[in-house]
Amino acid sequence: MADLNAADIIQEREEFICVNAKDKDESLKCDKDSIAGTVSQRACVYCGARVVLNPVTDAFHIVHGPIGCASYTWDIRGSLSSGPEIYRNSFSTDIREHEVIFGGEKKLSAAIDEIVRQYSANPPKVIFVYATCIIGVIGDDIDAVCKAAERQYDIRVIPVKSPGFAGNKSVGYKAACHALLRLMGENKRGKKIRGINFLGDFNLAGEMWILTDYLRQIGVNVVSKFTGDARCEELMQAPQATLNIVQCAGSMTYLAKQMEQKYGIPYIKISFFGMEDIKLSLKRIAEAMGDQSVMEKAEQLTVEREKEVGPQLAYYRERLRGKKVAIYVGGGFKAISLIKQFNDLGMKTVMVGTQTGKAEDYEIIRSISDEGTVILDDSNPYELEKFMLEKGADILVGGVKERPLAYKLGIAFCDHNHERKHPLAGFEGAVHFAQEIHLTVNSPVWKFVRGEGAG
Amino acid sequence: MLDLTPKKITSRKGLRINPAKTCQPIGAMYAALGIYKCLPHSHGSQGCCSYHRMQLTRHFKDPVMASTSSFTEGASVFGGGANLKTAIKNVFTIYNPDIMAVHTTCLSETIGDDLGTIIAQADVPEGKRVIHASTPSYVGSHITGFSNMVKGMVQYLAENSGLANGKINVIPGFVSPAEMREIKRILTLMGIEYIMFPDTSGVVDAPMTGEHDMYPEGGTRVEDIIDTGNSDLTVALGSFASEDGAVELEKKCKVPFKTLEIPIGIEATDRLISALAKAVHREVPGVLEEERGQLVDIMLDSHSYFYGKKVAISGDPDMVTGLTEFVMSLGMIPQYVLTGTPGKAFEKRINRMLEGAGMEGCVVKSSGDLFELHQWIKNEPVDLLLGNSHAKYIARAEDIPLVRVGFPILDRYVHHYLPTAGYRGAMRLIEMMTNALLERQDRDCADEDLELVM
Repeated sequence: MADLNAADIIQEREEFICVNAKDKDESLKCDKDSIAGTVSQRACVYCGARVVLNPVTDAFHIVHGPIGCASYTWDIRGSLSSGPEIYRNSFSTDIREHEVIFGGEKKLSAAIDEIVRQYSANPPKVIFVYATCIIGVIGDDIDAVCKAAERQYDIRVIPVKSPGFAGNKSVGYKAACHALLRLMGENKRGKKIRGINFLGDFNLAGEMWILTDYLRQIGVNVVSKFTGDARCEELMQAPQATLNIVQCAGSMTYLAKQMEQKYGIPYIKISFFGMEDIKLSLKRIAEAMGDQSVMEKAEQLTVEREKEVGPQLAYYRERLRGKKVAIYVGGGFKAISLIKQFNDLGMKTVMVGTQTGKAEDYEIIRSISDEGTVILDDSNPYELEKFMLEKGADILVGGVKERPLAYKLGIAFCDHNHERKHPLAGFEGAVHFAQEIHLTVNSPVWKFVRGEGAG
Repeated sequence: MLDLTPKKITSRKGLRINPAKTCQPIGAMYAALGIYKCLPHSHGSQGCCSYHRMQLTRHFKDPVMASTSSFTEGASVFGGGANLKTAIKNVFTIYNPDIMAVHTTCLSETIGDDLGTIIAQADVPEGKRVIHASTPSYVGSHITGFSNMVKGMVQYLAENSGLANGKINVIPGFVSPAEMREIKRILTLMGIEYIMFPDTSGVVDAPMTGEHDMYPEGGTRVEDIIDTGNSDLTVALGSFASEDGAVELEKKCKVPFKTLEIPIGIEATDRLISALAKAVHREVPGVLEEERGQLVDIMLDSHSYFYGKKVAISGDPDMVTGLTEFVMSLGMIPQYVLTGTPGKAFEKRINRMLEGAGMEGCVVKSSGDLFELHQWIKNEPVDLLLGNSHAKYIARAEDIPLVRVGFPILDRYVHHYLPTAGYRGAMRLIEMMTNALLERQDRDCADEDLELVM
């Protein structure tokens, strides 16, 4: 750890923090378990699995475990649906002491039976069963329960192995990917459908709709969406697509690799956050489709939309230039897009951190951020506060737990997580994003916080 | 969207749909936040801690600090003792609280970690304290967790030194800082010296100062919790969230206790104030009599809008009990009364209240869920819903006005700054309920029926 006042950083944490210095080849430690006793901002395996699968709108999601895991994840994802709303209900087995002693398999089977019975008017096609922390510990064989239910009802009942303690959120992403692979099964017989699967957009505030609309406009057929506004049937069709595009790399690269191996679908990484990445992504998708007319339409769309949003972005750029930004988000891909987006707005990123970024993400972050930028992995409020104050950040971009921390420090905030209220992806998203940054950074409330309003 | 809820009610044994409760640890974490300079600690996977902090943050819109043992695969096989010992060391080194309040989770309970022993063996710096409560997520609810942590405070901290302090202990229950502030205001008006514990006012409703204080000014001082053992009386508000702590204090320090309801509504507030007046042999001060008079005045002004209206009430048992009594004082019918927290005592208490008021045909349930409440409403509708934010799905599906009370409220602001307790809280409840009913009337009526004076 270079040039930091290390006195009050917990010793075991030092290797997880660095100050960007281009001349030094210093690698950041990441992708490790959190240290016991820190106020970690991280979540667990179950959380990772749940956020990836939850947007599947017509699946029944049964949380097998005590009630908390179901309660805290009841309709908090912010993923919108164009049709079914089953996923917005909370189903669980609400495990009690009796099951902890005698096992929870019976209760789980009963829960599955009751879903089938209760919703006979709207029969389930797919049920995901999430195994939480204690399910393995008490010895429930959820594979067997799920298999038996599949046979009995002729539906898909898919176990999601997500005990919280088995790692951090990214292990949960993998568990979700396994469940999705299981859902797609060995589907090799279907004829290829010329078109793409969109991996890693969760339709927060309707972002998937904006992006699939672009794709439609440039003549690219979308076979399935993982998992924003997804339906089970389209997911099962995914093996027939000809290309995978991966946005949220942290959660979906694994799935893309598996699909490449299993179904022979190549993949490319893209991101629709910020003008630079949007343009590049459209171009790359068009090139990967290998169709001249698609390439032309992509070019045309880019030119048109850029012209449209240009003046709007310029308006905000003028009001934001020179402001300093701190970023603390879930995964690396988002952090990278954000740094570029802030550069475009003339803002300076002074701190970047992620909960689950990988070594290669941090390499890119180092290469695109300025010297002196603090980079940290799996941080805690104490460090966030310290570095934001030291670096004089004007705004923090983060999730729900970071918001009040920023406010208390008199720092503006933008939610780039589940609680975003406006779509932040695509051309219009880039404008919304600039607008959100503007309305928090330049709000009149700050003058009362800083005492300028007195008298 | 919740039109997905079928009208036909079928019995369920395995399936919980749309819960009206959550798990113990979050209650324990909230209680621990009510101690000054305390860092709550979650002994389990890091997701638990993250979820609880997130949910409390969404409700209070304030930073919620808590640390975690960050269980790994190894800890879940070999026990979490080493994690907790490391955590204790790290917490005091880096976050330097005066006290650390550890609660367990379903995982650490199931693998059988013995926290008492682990803590006794841990390296706790001189002058610092570690307390704990056992809070298995598969027993009770968040209310049970709150109760268990309060009990833990007594077990670890309260002492009877033999010197009476002449104070009254008040355990406020799982309520927001607004309620705690209002109850303290009443105690102060009555000239009563008290120790309220836990007390989250000044912690989760801390003012904006431009600085982030990991340990804001609020919270019960540890010395005061120790001193609860020397008080004359403990008033436990709410049998579910507060009574166990009071019982423990009587057992440990011989402090007698009285269990009352959370003072929601005119009658429960009357009972609290007269019990306090009796305990300290004092007259009720004029200010409180004036407030009560104002409340009765408001009840009279608005009573015609309430009489005979049907209400569905859902939430935490102690809170729901107060609300049920109050809506009956206003002439409403508590058609459905539901808590997610298990406990037949709840049903007994509510049914006794209903009988006392001559109410018939009302449905009361503990250990229920909002899906079932929705089904009842589909079969026989109500005019008003009282509940937390999750009730908004029912409100929308059935087009019924909702007044948000209880926990969690994730979609509105200011709620935890303004009380629902005491006479003033009752006034606020009337304001919220009349606003809801009258706005609905304004929205629904024909042009010619739109009234200026209501």
